[in-house]
Order: sequence, then structure tokens, then C-alpha cells
Amino acid sequence: MINVALPKGRLGEKVYGMFAAAGYECPSILENNRKLIFENADAGVRYFWVKPSDVAIYVERGAADIGMAGKDILLEYAPDVYELLDLNVGRCRMAVAAKRDFRDDTEKTLRVATKFTIIARRYYAGLGRDIDIIHLNGSIELAPILGLSDVIVDIVETGKTLLENNLEPLETIVPISARLIANKASFKFNSDAIEAIARGLKGQVKDYD
Amino acid sequence: MKSSDYLMKREERVLFALRALYQSYGYTQYKMGKFEEYDLYVRNKDFLVSDGVITFTDTDGRLMALKPDVTLSIIKNTRDADSIVQKVYYSENVYRISGSTRQFKEILQTGLECIGDVDLYSLCEVIALAAESLDAIDGENVLELSHMGVVSALVGQLDLDPDVHEQVLHCIGEKNADGVPKLCPDGDIGGVLALVNAHGAPGSVISALRPFCTQGLAKAALDELETVSAILAQQGHAGIQLDFSIVNDMNYYNGIVFRGYIRGIPAGVLSGGQYDKLMQRMGRDARAVGFAIYMDLLERLGGEVRPYDVDTVLLYDDGADVPRLAQTVRRLAQAGRSVTAQKAVPEKLKYRQLLKFSEGGLEILESHD
Repeated sequence: MINVALPKGRLGEKVYGMFAAAGYECPSILENNRKLIFENADAGVRYFWVKPSDVAIYVERGAADIGMAGKDILLEYAPDVYELLDLNVGRCRMAVAAKRDFRDDTEKTLRVATKFTIIARRYYAGLGRDIDIIHLNGSIELAPILGLSDVIVDIVETGKTLLENNLEPLETIVPISARLIANKASFKFNSDAIEAIARGLKGQVKDYD
Repeated sequence: MKSSDYLMKREERVLFALRALYQSYGYTQYKMGKFEEYDLYVRNKDFLVSDGVITFTDTDGRLMALKPDVTLSIIKNTRDADSIVQKVYYSENVYRISGSTRQFKEILQTGLECIGDVDLYSLCEVIALAAESLDAIDGENVLELSHMGVVSALVGQLDLDPDVHEQVLHCIGEKNADGVPKLCPDGDIGGVLALVNAHGAPGSVISALRPFCTQGLAKAALDELETVSAILAQQGHAGIQLDFSIVNDMNYYNGIVFRGYIRGIPAGVLSGGQYDKLMQRMGRDARAVGFAIYMDLLERLGGEVRPYDVDTVLLYDDGADVPRLAQTVRRLAQAGRSVTAQKAVPEKLKYRQLLKFSEGGLEILESHD
């Protein structure tokens, strides 16, 4: 039995759709009930929904054999897992954004508000820029508007939220999409089953490039 | 089961079995102090598994560290000698920052090091002992081998910028086949993709890699891996697999590297390899191979739940005759029944029988035999 951690929300449902199309369906998962775990014994899979940022933890610690996590989470937390497949869904980018009239004053330390402190720190270290990281847990866009920070580092999907708040993306740090990840030890003992799932999902990946 | 086996936890039993195993192959125990000069770790910072070291100032002003690693101390304290291989094993606590919590943790690590004129025989012996160590922990295990020479030659052929080179190695480490073409859109990446995708039984993996390793260092490294796998298979270590996702730091490791997994433990429990480059960096003219087992992970195996915490709970009152009580407890303990004398039953304690001590003698209140 392969335990699969799926992220709660629209993206997770989309990825479940890929699993189902690949022959790993479990119809009870879409019923509106309070069950936490959904199993299809014939297909050998058991699904559970977890908070998106927790998927990597479930997989790294072996509570789930495989899971689906965004590249942003993998870059930020660097879990010790295999990254078997780019599912090419949930596509967006990690970007630097600021108010439209922002001008980088290189004489000063740049104040950066973000949820992704490790990605931001690594990016600016690469540029050799001195920064002051302000870790926020949400509503990152507010920071430059209220003068809390000069720029933000955040996920940008369509850029609509930024636009509505008079902000604009400046630089793309890295493109993001959802990835199939696997626990390293589970992969050793269940490689046939996990690779069969990965092959099935690969057949469902749509090429956008 | 011997009574001493009953008293020991799984980790302790495994530790005993491993000591017996290593000693039977002529490895001697290497006992170390808990501290080492911090300078040793600063010079070889990247070799350490975690970046934090607990430091303190010694009475003479030297900056000392609680050992985060054992290998460096062993190398420092062994001497080079022609045609001799020094074989030592250890079982020591090391102090490291644990991954997600960023807190220091004391970890019991056991392992062995083989330093000196390490040849094909010594290499096979150490890998075989790694396989037998895993067997001693649990029958359901996998030992995986990789060869840094194969990885470094195939990635080296692409002639990449240092940071892209690093990222390609990272992709190999996480079996990220989709990441490689994005990093080298114009490169001939067939060999690297074969490294990412090929894993499993030595025969099939070596056949998959052979077309990309036809000459030079790549061929020599793959040949060595094939020879070692064949020798180990002959010795009955049939469960050995090849997997190139073990990418250890190339500044220290070269040659064969390996990792061991036990079913039920979510991370690798054994890690090792040849570290001739570390020896060179430490100014030594010798080769070396060794491995470590992270004993703290064995707790995760579970499955060994004792039915009872104690055989007998003996209840007594405040006014009990103490000499007679002491004698009763002693008699029970000497009869091989563990006993705890209490005035009330401790919460959640699991016991076989509950006795009441009174002037009239012992009264059985409960018995689960």
C-alpha cells in the first residue's frame, strides 16, 4: 500500500485528477465528508489531505511514501526526499515585486518582506546585496504599501493581486510548479509501485512549453 | 531468550552484535574523549553532516568542541605505515544540530574505519561488514552502492559552470530527471540521465551505464563498481543494489560510497564510503574507507512492546512492618520476579499481579498470569 499525501485545495484536487486518470482513482475522496484517509485497496493507494506546506514533512518523515509539493516549498525547506517528476501544474514563479515607483537605492540596506526567507536570502547573497529580511506569514503585498519593506519576494501566478495593489514584479527568481516527491527509504522498498505511479502520472503531464 | 537479552533494548542488543561482528574481523575498539580542538572542524567544515558545533573554552584558553564527528579524530590519531591497514571500530556520542528543529542533539553513532593501504580486499571487506551490520539490525534491508568516479566523470564531460555543475549533482541526488535538461539545454545529457534513472540490481544498472562509460576514468570507475558488486554477490550479499543518487561531497569522498536502509525507518541508517581526498586534505599519504550507523534511528523500528513494566506491584500501608516488608520484597526479587513496593498503584503501570502486604501475609488482589 502506497501512502500519498495530497495538498488540500484546488491544486491538490487537480493532482488527484491526474492520479485518477492514471488508474489510481478513489471516488470516496471527492465526497463531502469528514473522513481523513481514503483508500483504494485494489489500486494499492491510500490518500490523505494535508496542509500544502506540510506535505514535504509527511514524506520526509515517512508518514507518506509519496506526495505532491510545490517547488517553492522544496527550495525553502530542502527536505531530504526524491523529486521524481515535474507535474507541470500549479505553475507560477517566485519573484521580487515592489511598488510601481520603486527605485533601488543601493546606498541603503534593502528591506525584503517574504514568507520564503531562505530563497530570498540565497537570491540576494548571489547578487551580493545587503538585505534586511522581514519574515511574514501572509498578506505580503501589504508590506511595501505600508512602508514595512522596500520589496517583497513572493509567489506570482497571474500578477493580478500585485496590479490591484499598485505593485509590479521586478525579477523572476525561479519558476515554480508542483512536483511528485518520494521518501528515500520508502522508494528503496517499494520502488516498483512508486515508479509505476510516476510513469502513470508522467502520461498525464501536459506540456506547456 | 537469555535474561540479559530481555533486559536490553533493541539498540543495545544491536550494539552488542555489531561489536562482536567487528571484533571477529580484527577491528579494535577506538575509544575517544568527548572533546576535540575546534580548529580540526573549522579546517574540514564541509565534511561535517551538520554545520553547528558546540564550543567552549578550555582552562588554558583553547577553543574546544564537543565532537560533532568521529572520523576526523580517528584520522588525526592514526599513523601512516606501508602495507598496513589500521582497522578500528567505535561507538560514540556525537553532538549535531538536528535537521528541522535546529536544536543540538546527542546521537549515538557506531561504525568502523579502515585506514592505510586500502586495496580491493579491504574495500570489499568494509562493504561486506556494512551489509552484515544491516542484517544484524533487521533482515529487511537494502545496501546501495554508488561510485563517485562514475558520477564525477559523466557530469564532468558536460564541462559546466561550477554552479550549474553543483545543481546537476543536486538533481542526481534527488532523482530529478526533469531538472537536468532545464539546466543543460544544449548538453549531451544521456549519461547523466542514465545516472538518474538507473537503479537496482548491479547487472542491469551496469549494462545501462556501460554505453556512457567506454573510456578513461568513467570506464575504470564502472569496472571497479562491477568487480566489487561481483565479489560481494559471490560472498552471498545478494541484496546489494546500485543507485547513483548517493552524492557525497566530492571534495572529501571518491571511489565507492554507500548507504543502508532498513524497512520501517524513514531515513538511511548507514552511510559510508572511500574518503581518500579527505586524507589528502589532512596531509596524509594513505587511503581510507569506513561507515557509520546512526543508532538513534533504530528507535523508529518499534514492534517490541513489553507486555508488562513489572511483574509484581506490592502495596503496603503506612504502618507496615518495615523489616518484614523489606524481606518480602527481597524474596520476590530473588525469585526472578521484578517487584515495585508502593503505597498506591502508579498510574498506567502495566503489571502481572497486584499483591497487598499486611500483617496476615500476602494477599493477591489482581493476577494477569
